[in-house]
Amino acid sequence: MNPEKNTVWFWIFVTPVLLALILVIGIPFLLGLYYSFTDWDGIVAPVFISIKNYLAIFSDAQFLSSLIFTVKFALVSIILINAIGLALAMLVTQKIFGANFFRTVYFMPNLIGGLILGFIWQFIFINIFPVLGLNGWLSTTSTGFWGLILLTLWQMAGYIMVIYIAYLQNVSQEVIETADVDGVNPWQKFIHIIFPLIAPGFTVSMFMTLSNSFKLYDQNLSLTGGAPYKSTEMVAMNIVNTVFAEKAMAYAQAKSVIFLLIVVTISVLQTYYNKKREVEA
Amino acid sequence: MNKFKKLSLGIIGILISIVWLFPFYIMLINSFKSKKELFKSTIAFPHSFNLKNYAKAIDALSIKTTFFNSAVITISSIVVILIFSALAAYALQRTKTLASKIIFYVFVAAMLIPFQSVMIPLVSFMSKIHLMQSRIGIVIMYLGFGASMAMFLIHGALGSIPTALDEAAKIDGCNPLQTFFIIILPMLKPILVTVAVLDTIWIWNDYLLPSLVINRDDLLTIPLKMYYFFGEYTKQWHLALAGLTIAIIPVIIFYFLAQKQIIQCITDGAVK
Repeated sequence: MNPEKNTVWFWIFVTPVLLALILVIGIPFLLGLYYSFTDWDGIVAPVFISIKNYLAIFSDAQFLSSLIFTVKFALVSIILINAIGLALAMLVTQKIFGANFFRTVYFMPNLIGGLILGFIWQFIFINIFPVLGLNGWLSTTSTGFWGLILLTLWQMAGYIMVIYIAYLQNVSQEVIETADVDGVNPWQKFIHIIFPLIAPGFTVSMFMTLSNSFKLYDQNLSLTGGAPYKSTEMVAMNIVNTVFAEKAMAYAQAKSVIFLLIVVTISVLQTYYNKKREVEA
Repeated sequence: MNKFKKLSLGIIGILISIVWLFPFYIMLINSFKSKKELFKSTIAFPHSFNLKNYAKAIDALSIKTTFFNSAVITISSIVVILIFSALAAYALQRTKTLASKIIFYVFVAAMLIPFQSVMIPLVSFMSKIHLMQSRIGIVIMYLGFGASMAMFLIHGALGSIPTALDEAAKIDGCNPLQTFFIIILPMLKPILVTVAVLDTIWIWNDYLLPSLVINRDDLLTIPLKMYYFFGEYTKQWHLALAGLTIAIIPVIIFYFLAQKQIIQCITDGAVK
């Protein structure tokens, strides 16, 4: 076949997806960048106001508090989800009875939507925790924070477990047995033998948890809804509320751009570390 | 490992399983109680397996329409994503031109953009081109947001399908479209299943995107309907819990029918 004909086929194959990508991400992305420098309200033609929206963000106490809440949430959930995910992975890769069943159970919450899981936990916090003497769990900022942590921990630990299982299965049984023969204690075995071998899994899981924490919305909406007084409102919810409650479209879009920069930085760092590790390995 | 250690690890596993299943157990037992019974105790076993709450919840959730909407949107989006992403991946993987390289990196870059950062202009643009409140519109949006990841995974799998097969098909008189559908697509089955599973979990459970582009009652999906339903029955936990149980049942069935494959797909999607 001649090259020109190949080119025609190439575009026939690529165009449908490319078109969808341009319509759904490309155009909105560029429009959004432009809107963030205007006074766009979704109705009247936008007027250019340069960086006014961005300047306003720095004095927006609610947005900054959402951002700090989100960062705190991300840090705590990264540590807990990864620690527990790894512990679960190590447990279910042992030759014990019920290992497959355990894995199935621990992973289960991950298949169900965050919105529904949040509603279930709302019931637990409001109606079951008081039975244990823990009242008003969702009515203070700090317990609301831990409520969100518990919910995402329960949902995500199984997912991270599955990732670690994939890496743990690469750890050769021979190496472990040699270490056992040499009388290495379990802690040394973990730190010096197992952990270096599953370290790539750690990078993958860490960044995945990090970017998931920033994008978290459904669970936030259904568990606390930002209550009390928007103090448990995370970044994604803050942006949505700026649109729907305050009708400040252009301002919300400026926040979205900041949000985008944060998430893209995280993803680029992840790729960088993965590449670096691949080169080293 | 000695027997004692094995046994204690097994017991730890069981204890964690109980903790993990506890929220589901609580949801289930309370969904059978009357309002009065639930008020008396939220941890006691129900007096009887009364299905009244379920009857009411099925009614309030317009269960047939809602499940139908979720199924139609999920299935059509996945079919569209699989076919078009595989077509694009095939063209990009087999062509070594500058255009091909650039387009590949455009897809990779698009993967980095989080939904929340484009949702506001997306909604305004979609209403301008009349794709709001429509199933076709939402399928196009899922294609746009899902294509990159699908294309990326399929692109990776195509590397292990030898080009000699394409050549042979060409000699036999197949045009590229025929080659793709007859020779290549069947060989991609494992990765297509992986993408389908990952996208089913995503689209079936998605709340934010449909909440922005659909609010017509006859188009609502399960998460959307659940949100409205919950708002209406917020002080009536017995009904709300029955509704939640109904929403979860199909997912649990799907999971237990194919849990090994599902977990494998999740692993492939995350680790690749």
